[in-house]
Amino acid sequence: MCLGIPGQIVEITDATRLMAIADISGVRREVSVACVATPDLSDLIGEWALIHVGFAMSVIDEGEAEKTLEALRGLGEAQETLEAMAQGDAALHTPAERVAS
Amino acid sequence: MRYVEEFRDPSAARDVLRAIKDVTAEIGATKEKPIHIMEICGGHTHAIFRYGLDRLTPEGIEFIHGPGCPVCVLPMSRIDECVEIAERPEVIFATFGDAMRVPGSRKSLMQAKADGADIRMVYSPLDALELARRNPDREVVFFGLGFETTTPSTALSIQQASREALRNFSVFCNHITVPPPIKALLDDPYMVLDGFVGPGHVSMVIGTHPYDFIAKDYGKPIVVAGFEPLDLLQSVLMVLHQIRDGRAEVENQYARVVPEHGNPVSIAAIEDVYEPRPTFEWRGLGEIDASGLRIRHAYRAYDAEEKFRVGYGAGPRIVSEPDGCACGQVMTGRIKPPQCPQYGQGCTPEMPLGALMVSSEGACAAYFQYSANDDVMEAAE
Repeated sequence: MCLGIPGQIVEITDATRLMAIADISGVRREVSVACVATPDLSDLIGEWALIHVGFAMSVIDEGEAEKTLEALRGLGEAQETLEAMAQGDAALHTPAERVAS
Repeated sequence: MRYVEEFRDPSAARDVLRAIKDVTAEIGATKEKPIHIMEICGGHTHAIFRYGLDRLTPEGIEFIHGPGCPVCVLPMSRIDECVEIAERPEVIFATFGDAMRVPGSRKSLMQAKADGADIRMVYSPLDALELARRNPDREVVFFGLGFETTTPSTALSIQQASREALRNFSVFCNHITVPPPIKALLDDPYMVLDGFVGPGHVSMVIGTHPYDFIAKDYGKPIVVAGFEPLDLLQSVLMVLHQIRDGRAEVENQYARVVPEHGNPVSIAAIEDVYEPRPTFEWRGLGEIDASGLRIRHAYRAYDAEEKFRVGYGAGPRIVSEPDGCACGQVMTGRIKPPQCPQYGQGCTPEMPLGALMVSSEGACAAYFQYSANDDVMEAAE
């Protein structure tokens, strides 16, 4: 929860609310880009960012992203974060809704 | 040097370790009279144990594991208040999964969920906002938890809720800040710290200037560090150089990610939504002045403490820790995890009694996971 995870910004979904899709180790997740916003948000597409609990907090270069991911994998934190993202998706539904879908 | 092969660049690691050994000898630090270096961040604690850095570095260096694991410093009373809110029938209580197993005096959130409370584990406060949008007839409460790395995310979420006039969303705010407990530790007459390894991702948000007092007022070196094992070793070497040269400065080993002045959008959001509480309770450390944040009056509609009349301001507070739990002594460096009578007996990662055993960033859990195994391996060798 405290360590950010690198993700690549692949699409701007809502320019008003400063939301984008990031690819985080192969998982696509909507994140806020409020903290790294550029005048033209499309400039962010393709950039790597450190993402903390759904918020891109810092733009980093690809080499740094790779090194950070490796360090997080070594600590088991990368897997934990991906599991937390899956849990977060599941949490949007009640158990009954999950059965229905 | 069993672990060095696991480093990304083993030969660079060996070079830094050699330099650390030389400087430690120059300083004259020994096992009997070691240099005490505190790593503040729980992520660093985890990395030190995972890569055995405490064993790779000379005996003249002793790591003291700091209070930088937000789950570990959560007092029981706050968990009790979470449970109280979560058990209200109208409430959906959204929390990071890390907090689920922290013991309260009645029960943990995990137990409350098993007993029927609607508690959802989320990844982000954005998930909690979405829950509020989808459940207009329910009250969605997000458990705001963490240091400056997560504080901007709840601040921005509250601002977003305010823009959308989302009335069924609130935050139970337990955000804490890094500098005040460091000051409290430095003011402790029993503390023997010689230098600090500063947190990387917290500093990415707040920059390096909030640590100036450590160097200026207390004359101690601090080096902000990244998370790779090599980052940590280089930072330790930088701290040692300062000690050898008689300098006390704030240095930034992680400048590739940490800007000197932090992230301006995050800082502005924190300032807009939060203000310091007069005092906040830390498990094991007690009440520390201005160490916690509360939601400003302008955003009180989003403050779960106001909405449900719990927490600070709602009545006298009872400070308690489980019987026999020595988390406080471990956190201030007075004892090592295995010296706690409950360690590995009444307190394990599966069934934690104290908070330091709950999270992989807690000193006890990290020690339990890695070092116990090393002791067995070393004994066998």
